[in-house]
This record gives sequence, structure tokens and C-alpha cells, in this order.
Amino acid sequence: MSDEVLVIGVGNRHRGDDAAGLSLVDRLERGGSSLRLLALSGAPVELSRHWGPSDAVVIVDAARAGGGPPGAIYRFDASAAPLPAGVFALSTHSLGVSQGIELARALGQLPRRLVVYGVEGRDFGRGAPLSEEVSAALERLAGRLEADPLGASALAEEPGRA
Amino acid sequence: MSEDEAPKIRTIHVEALARVEGEGALTVRLQGDVVEAVRLEIFEPPRFFEAFLRGRGYQEAPDVTARICGICPVAYQMSAVHAMEDALGIEVGPEIAALRRLLYCGEWIESHTLHAFLLHAPDFLGFHDAVAMAQEHREVVELGLRIKKAGNSIVSCLGGREIHPVNVRVGGFYRAPRQSELDELRAPLERAREDAQSALRWAAQLEFPACERDVEYVALRHPSEYPMNRGRLVSNRGLDIEVSDFAEHFEEVQVEHSNALHARLRARGHYLTGPLARYSLNFDRLSPLAQAAAREAGLGPVCTNPFQSLLVRLVEVVYACDEALRIIGSYAPPSPPFVSAPLRAATGQSCTEAPRGSLYHRYALAADGSIEEATIVPPTSQNQPIIEEDLRALLTQRIRERADDDLDALRFECERTIRNYDPCISCATHFLQLRFEQSP
Repeated sequence: MSDEVLVIGVGNRHRGDDAAGLSLVDRLERGGSSLRLLALSGAPVELSRHWGPSDAVVIVDAARAGGGPPGAIYRFDASAAPLPAGVFALSTHSLGVSQGIELARALGQLPRRLVVYGVEGRDFGRGAPLSEEVSAALERLAGRLEADPLGASALAEEPGRA
Repeated sequence: MSEDEAPKIRTIHVEALARVEGEGALTVRLQGDVVEAVRLEIFEPPRFFEAFLRGRGYQEAPDVTARICGICPVAYQMSAVHAMEDALGIEVGPEIAALRRLLYCGEWIESHTLHAFLLHAPDFLGFHDAVAMAQEHREVVELGLRIKKAGNSIVSCLGGREIHPVNVRVGGFYRAPRQSELDELRAPLERAREDAQSALRWAAQLEFPACERDVEYVALRHPSEYPMNRGRLVSNRGLDIEVSDFAEHFEEVQVEHSNALHARLRARGHYLTGPLARYSLNFDRLSPLAQAAAREAGLGPVCTNPFQSLLVRLVEVVYACDEALRIIGSYAPPSPPFVSAPLRAATGQSCTEAPRGSLYHRYALAADGSIEEATIVPPTSQNQPIIEEDLRALLTQRIRERADDDLDALRFECERTIRNYDPCISCATHFLQLRFEQSP
């Protein structure tokens, strides 16, 4: 069993707020985080290749249509239940984080713990910068992950209360 | 989007969700029961890349164009480096050529298995997607992902990382792999070759709708190799040209409904590129093992059923594993790992075989090596008219049968028709919404 939590940031740096997950990993890296970090771009269909059955894993990705305003942070315990449909940005060839996780679940390849954080995006335009709302949310989320990566004690914000 | 200007005209509009890569929509316009127009609307990134390549250095083209597609970056890199080398008069030795071929094998394995197992196979088994399929056919999906992993390993080893490899440069590679690094690929590739043959046997048992299409097939053909990086452009209707004569024989036509230009043969119009064409024009260039696997799966030397492209892709996966092992077995590290040449004002072009078909690049360089003009003709824009023809035939038949009342079923059939060709928008077709709008 690995004691270190693995944080996987997912996204596309060229599509505005879709870069949220990657940007979060950048921030943690810059801050000298002791968490294990992995930045993933491209189709996250083989997420399970990056973890073992005894790992505790946190995935961070941009969300859209999650119900909250831009910058809202959602937390899902993917060990307990499938992610709600339609919240996470689709990736190349429509195989996004949700599909990657559910494929791993169907194949019996989920890690010991799996928590997914979504950050509601505002602008997913080509070449757009990260929005201010998402940038601020990532700052908060980075601090939260450092203190309690799995969010077991401090619950993430409710949608709409960013 | 209704068309209200004339009675009895209705429009079927298939809406796509916004996507990170690959955006498309399908609009079908009917006049009474006659299919008047089928328009596949595609948003395609190459157009923008052509524009912002201007003014950049020739060395940037492989890495910049690799960003066009997260699934087939190697294809963009290969077409870019060969076109630049054509412009600068660089000829690489057999060692570098072999390594490039090995890298391409990796991408074919990755791309074909992704499509075959996660996008295409669910269609034949009646599943909405790969997740649902994995719940009942876990061993098949595991098989596919295991094969894909061998492809990932090749790209990772030669390209420096799995996605958007960074080790490719004009003239060769930044660093050539050591023999020991390639040796590590052997065992997984041997297993993948076995697995791919098993997968092909499994897929051969699926039910393939009867559908024979009589279209012009275009692919590269080389005197001794199954085509990847070099050869002449040939067709089953007499085309046989050097890639440098591409512009004389092919034209790109702007169509109102799509960001993608449609490519056509000046002499005969629409044509198909991709696995079906490549296989049918080059069956005799496959390795004996791949040929035997194809025959065992019930394929002849020519395949004209687009549904059976699933089998053809798997034959190409068997071949790519086989070929990769052959290359690794005779590897001699190139030293130095790249060839350079003085800059000059020149034009260069290249066509290589991307997983989805022929990918043409043309660059005009200034004397300082900066790019003055770039033209990229990707497989999807070449195949788009043929996909539209297939959709038109399907819809004409279904409407004649009065089967267009079941929108879900019709949408699925449209999506499935599109997925046969694995266009860069095949993703979108998993999430399309089909809506009928009937004029009063």
C-alpha cells in the first residue's frame, strides 16, 4: 500500500479552462508539494495504467455543466459511485475522465481510494487563458489538497458556493 | 435548424456536443422522401495550423503539427519531417528510416486498437459504448488495452513520451534509442502479436452487414514495404504518381458547410484513403504472418465492405507488431542520430500513411528556413465525401422503408456508418442528438 496520495491532473492546455487539472499540478509542483503528481493530456482512457490497486488517487479535471458558477469546486468519491453524467469535459474522441474511470471500474481496476475534483470552467475556447475564477479556485484547491488530499475531513465546496 | 422556405422540405439535424478535439454535425435535407443533401459538417484544426506555421522555423513543424491530433501525432510528425527533408535535400540512411517505421508501427497499434476495441466493436455487439461492453466482454476489452499498451511502449521509447512525442526532428531523432531499450519492447510485442491474432479471430465471428462499396482507393505503394513513410501514390483506377505530383492530380475544394476542405481527384472526383484502401492496394506487401491472419479471418486480398474495416485494422495491428519485431531484431543505432543540411529557399512535400489514411504536407521555405506557406491535407477531409455518400445511401433506403420514425435507431445507424471510417470526428458521433424538423 502506498502512503503517498497520487494526484493526477487531466486536461488540455490549449483550451482555456480545460487546462485546470494540468494547471493544478503545475501549482503543486512549483510549491514543492510532497504529493505524487502526474499531468495527463490526451485521451485519459487508460487512467488505470497509472495506479495500482493499493493506491489512493485524486483526479482533478475541468468540469462543465456541473451546476455551479465558474470556479465552483465539486468533489466526488468515485470509489463509492460512478461520476454523474455530463459534468466533466470530454476529451479526444469523447473518452474523458468519466469514461476512463468507469472503464477501470468495469475491468476491476479501480485503486483503493479514488476521489475526483471538478472545477467548473467558464471558457473552453481554443487558445483562451485560464479564467480568473478557475485560477482562484485552483489556488484554494491546491491548499486543500496539501492539507487533506482525499478531503476526508474538510468537505469540498457545494456547487454554487464558490 | 428548419428549412421553412418550401413545403415538404424537412431537415434532419444531428447536433454535436462541443468537443475538445473533433467537432462535427450531420444535416440531412429531405424533399418529400428524396434525400436532397447530406452534409457532414466538420470543424477541423489543420486550417488554423497552416496559418500559424507561417513565419516559424522549419524545425518547429514536426512538434507544432503533432498538436493537431492527440491520437495520431506521429503521422503529423512523419509527414512534416519528410516534407522538410524534401525541401532541404536531406536523405536519411536506412537506420533512421527503420526507426521511423518502428515509431509509426507504435502509432498504428495505439490508434487502431483504440478505435477497434473502444469505438467500433461496441457497434457490432449492440452496446452504447466501451464501458457497457467492458461489463459483459471484459476479456475482449482487456485484450485490446493490452495490445494498445505495446504500441504505447514503442511511442514512449522512441518518442520520449506517449502523447505528443518530442524526440522526432527534421533529419532524424534527437537521440537514438539504445539496443537494450528496444530489447525491452520485444516480449510485450511478441505477446501483442499473439493477442492481435486472437483479437482478429474473435472479430471475424462478428456479424458484418452486407455492404460492398465500389469506390476509388488511394494509398501509398512501395516496391518492397507495406506503406508507411514512402512510396508512390496509387489507386485501383490507374493513378500512379510521385508524391511531388500531388497538386497536379488532387485538388482541395472549399465547401460551404464545413471548415474542412474536401479533397478530390481532378480526373475522377471522390476517393477513399485509409486502412481499406491501403490494405487492398498492398496486400502483397504484408508479412506472411499478417496475410495468413487476414485469410484466416475470411478476408481476401481486397476488402470493399466498410464494416469490415474493423478486421482490416486488426490485420494492420498484427502486421505492425510483426514489423516492429523485425525492425528491433535488425536494429543498428544511427550515428549521428540525425542528418543536417544547409538551409535554402525551397519547397518540399511528403505523404505518409497515418492510421486513418494518406496525410499530405507541403511547405515553402524562405532562405533562412522560415516557413512561408504550409498546406496540410489530412485523411478525414479526403474521406468526407465518401462518408457522405454512404450516409446518403443508408438514409435513402431507410426512408424508403419508412424506418425514419425511429430516431434513435436511425441516429445509431448514421453514427455507425461514420464510425466505419474512423474519422477524427468519430468521437462526436457517439454523442450526437438526432432531431427531425418537419416543415408545416
